[in-house]
Parts: sequence; structure tokens; C-alpha cells
Amino acid sequence: MRRMVVYTLLVLFALLCLVPIAWLAASAFKANADFHVYPVLPPVDRLTLANFTSLFTQMPFLRFMMNSFFVAGATVILQLFFSSLGGFALAKYDFAGKKTVMGVMLATMMIPGPVLLAPMYELIYHMGLIDSHLGLIVPGMVNVFGMFLFRQSMLSVPDEMLQAARIDGCNEFQIFWHVVMPVSRPIVGAFCLIAFMGTWNSFLWPQIILQSSDRFTLPIGLNQMIGVYEADYGAMMAGTLLAVLPVVALFFLLQKEFIAGLTKGAVKG
Amino acid sequence: MPLRTARTAPYLFLAPFVLSFLIFGAYPIVRSVMLSFYITSGPEAQHFVGLDNYLHLLQDPDFWTAVRNTATFALGSVLLQLPLSLGLALLLNRADIRGRNVFRFIFFSPNLMGLVFSALLFMLILAPRFGLLNAALHALFGLPSTTRWLSTPGLVMPALIMVALWLYTGFNMVYFLAALQAVDGELYEAATIDGAGRWAQFRHVTLPGIRPVLIFVVVLSTIGSFQLFELAFLLLGNSSGPDQAGLTIVMYLYQNGFLGGDLGYAAAIGWTLALMVLLLALVQLRITGTGKEAR
Repeated sequence: MRRMVVYTLLVLFALLCLVPIAWLAASAFKANADFHVYPVLPPVDRLTLANFTSLFTQMPFLRFMMNSFFVAGATVILQLFFSSLGGFALAKYDFAGKKTVMGVMLATMMIPGPVLLAPMYELIYHMGLIDSHLGLIVPGMVNVFGMFLFRQSMLSVPDEMLQAARIDGCNEFQIFWHVVMPVSRPIVGAFCLIAFMGTWNSFLWPQIILQSSDRFTLPIGLNQMIGVYEADYGAMMAGTLLAVLPVVALFFLLQKEFIAGLTKGAVKG
Repeated sequence: MPLRTARTAPYLFLAPFVLSFLIFGAYPIVRSVMLSFYITSGPEAQHFVGLDNYLHLLQDPDFWTAVRNTATFALGSVLLQLPLSLGLALLLNRADIRGRNVFRFIFFSPNLMGLVFSALLFMLILAPRFGLLNAALHALFGLPSTTRWLSTPGLVMPALIMVALWLYTGFNMVYFLAALQAVDGELYEAATIDGAGRWAQFRHVTLPGIRPVLIFVVVLSTIGSFQLFELAFLLLGNSSGPDQAGLTIVMYLYQNGFLGGDLGYAAAIGWTLALMVLLLALVQLRITGTGKEAR
């Protein structure tokens, strides 16, 4: 009896989680006229691919998607390299100023992002990077949270491995690249997913600095489409569906690492 | 020779962080303090006004509307999300539940949508005539399907809280599950031998066991809620909803700085927000007595 109650609660909440997503999937194939007729699901024979075709033929959806892939890809690669390198230094070396660096990192994470919007805008303006993808990529090259993540995981790499590599004639960068990074693969996976999700979904900063529609990323572009192609609900939902697919795909690829990485700091800390 | 490189290596490895921090961290922080003492129109024209921005902010009714809305959102989200996510984690932590991983994935799945794309989806779910929510409420409870969630002042914040609940409950549950799994099982055995019931076990074993994570999640959710922007902006647009019912602090910052061009006032709003967030975090840590233990 008690188990029945538990399962009922779990299934109920599962439905609450899934129904909006299922509705998104259904709406992406719904003709605009049918939104008013069938609020939930139209009969299967009324489903259509027209929303997807119009996304690519009448709207600059492909452009938005390519922009998003470029910005997110570049950001993730840069963040991965710089954050893992910094995390490695903090995990495996003793040096003067280490405590200061750690303190500064902690302090940086405490300051709410919106505080820096005004001066960052000014800075990017003076750098001539307004309305450019570089203006999105450059300020986010180093991810402090990522540096902590890498430091935590690299602490557990045994020093003997580093010593052995040194004796074999590796220089310090080779040790990082050929010895430590390969054994850190799970955390690399977790980090890539976290960083990708963050960039892919980022809205406020791109909304502030992007102006020309041919540079828009997906979140900005889709939101703009609401105004320009008014009442094209089907296309909106088709675009939203396509926009979340890359994250879902990456999640399925990396989900084990992701959950471990997400909870690592919280549980041990 | 190798020793020498080992000495300079960490500095070289940290150079990108240090450089990027100086340009995109330290400088903007300092500059942001300075900016908050100026009235500006765009990045060029600036006029020093001392503390005027802050004084004006204190008497700015729109700002207080934003503070009230944001606080309502934060309180509503934290009070609903945390018990629910902890409850779900407790249910899923029971060994006799089948399909635990499937449930865990399903509860987490809204998070894969992300904040922005969820907002775009809920724009239609909350729509009056053909939206899913009204259709469901009509089918289940016979409520009229004309409720205008986003253009009725009293319904705007509940709607935003609801979307956040849908989006973040599973995310917090993952933290709680990880914490629950780290609680020492022997403690439960000992408690059972001592005759402790379920509730006593929860109070004296589970809660103390997950306390650090609980505090972590409470503080983080509050800080995150206070920075609400995307949901309100996407669902309500520049106008921030009827009677400014969806105006949040960051949205007010955005309106002043980037629609109005007054970066100085925006910076002052930013620092006021930072101060509020810091105070809230300190109060929460104080209430839960976290600082004492560390000392």
C-alpha cells in the first residue's frame, strides 16, 4: 500500500516533467491553424513538417544555429584548455601566490554577474567588439568554476605518475597534456557538457551586445522571430525543439560524467 | 633544468586565468564601482554625481517594485522547490523503488531544455486560448480556459515561480540524492535499534547528514533567484508585464543601462543587488550556524 503511494507520487511528478516537453514535440508538427482547434494533440494525419521547412526556407534559422555552434564550440574549447591548465597548476604545484589565486577565484564567484554588465559593455565597446562573436567568446575564455572542478579532480592524480613522467624526460606541459589530461577524461566530459549548456543557453550578454540579425545566436534569434513572424507558433516550437536537441544529444553522450561532476563539489565541500 | 621549469611552470599555466581575470574581472569590478558614481548616456558621455545614483535608487518606486517582485519570486521558488526536491530525493533514495534511474532522468530532463528555451516553450503553454495549461485546467477542473497568466498582474509571479519549479526541482534533487547516498547507513541501523521511528530518523540522522548540501542548495537557489532575468524578459518582454508585475532587479538594471543608456545607474543597481545577495547569504549562513563550525 505504501509502495503504491510512493509510485503514484513519482509517476505524477514524472508526468508533470514530461508533458510540457511532449507538448513541445507535438506542437512542432502542428499546423498554425490547428493550435486553436486542438490545444493538446491533433489527430496524427493532421501533423505536418511545414514548420521545419519554413524555419529553413523563410527564416534565418540555419544562420542562428551555425552562429550558436560557432560561439559555443569556440568557448568550450578555450575554456576547457585554460581551465584545465589552471586547475592543474593549482592541484599539483606549490608556489608563491597560490593562496591568493584561490582566494581571488572564490571572490570572483561570489560577485553576481549582472554587477559587471555595465563596465563589460563599456569595455567591449572600447575594444570595438560590439555586435561581434568575439565579444561573446573573449570575455568568457576562462571559467573559474571549471578551474575548481579540474583542481578537485586532479588532486587525486598520484604524484608518482608525474615523477615517473619527469624521469622519462617529459616537460611540465607534456606531463599535463599526455599524463594528467588522459586520466581526467571523466571530468573533461562533465566540464564540456556544463560549459556547453551554459553557453548554448546564454541570453542576457548576447542580447546586450549583438545587433545584426545575421550574428544572432539561437536564443536571441528565436526570441526575435516571435516579433517578426508574429503568431507563427508552429515554427517557434519547431525551432525550440531543434535548439534543445544538441544539448540532449551531448547529455546522453556524457550523462554519467555529468552527474558525478555536478555533485563532486557539493558533497565533498 | 627540470627543476627550473617546474618552478616557472605553474605561473605560465595560470597566466591565461590571471590575464583574463585582470581584464574581464578586476578591471570591470573597479570600473563598475566608479561608474556607479556617474550619470552616463551610452559609453561616451559621463557626468560625476557622487552618491546620487544610490540616493535616487532608494527613492525610486520602480526599483522597490523590482525588489518586491524579485523577493516574492525567490521566496516562492525556494519554499516550493526545496521541500519538493528533497521529498522526491527521499522517495528515490529508497532501495525498494524500481526504475530509480529512469525517474531520476525524467525529473532532471526539464533542465536539459535550459532556461531560455523553457521560457519560449512556456510562452505558448501559458497562452490564454490554446495554451496547454488552460486546456489542462479546463479538462481536469472545468476552469475557464481564458485565464491570461501573463497579462493579469496577480498571476505573473505565480506563473514565473511555476516555470522555475518545473525547471529546477529535478536539478536540486540530484544534489539531494548525492547527499543522501553519502549518509552513513550504519547510523540508520543504530537508530532503528534505539527504536527511532521514520520521522525521528529523518530528524536526527538524515537532516544532520545532508545539512551542508541543504545549506549549499538554499544559498545557491536564493542567489540564483535574485538574478532572475531571462524568464521575466522572455515571457513578458521589455515592458515587464502589466503594472510592472514582472519587473525584476536585473530587468530594471537592463532597462536603465541598455535601453535607457545610463550605465552609471545600472552599475548602482548592480552593486545594490550584490549587497542584498551578500547580506541574504550571510543571514542564511548565520541562521543555519554554518560559520561557527568552520571556526
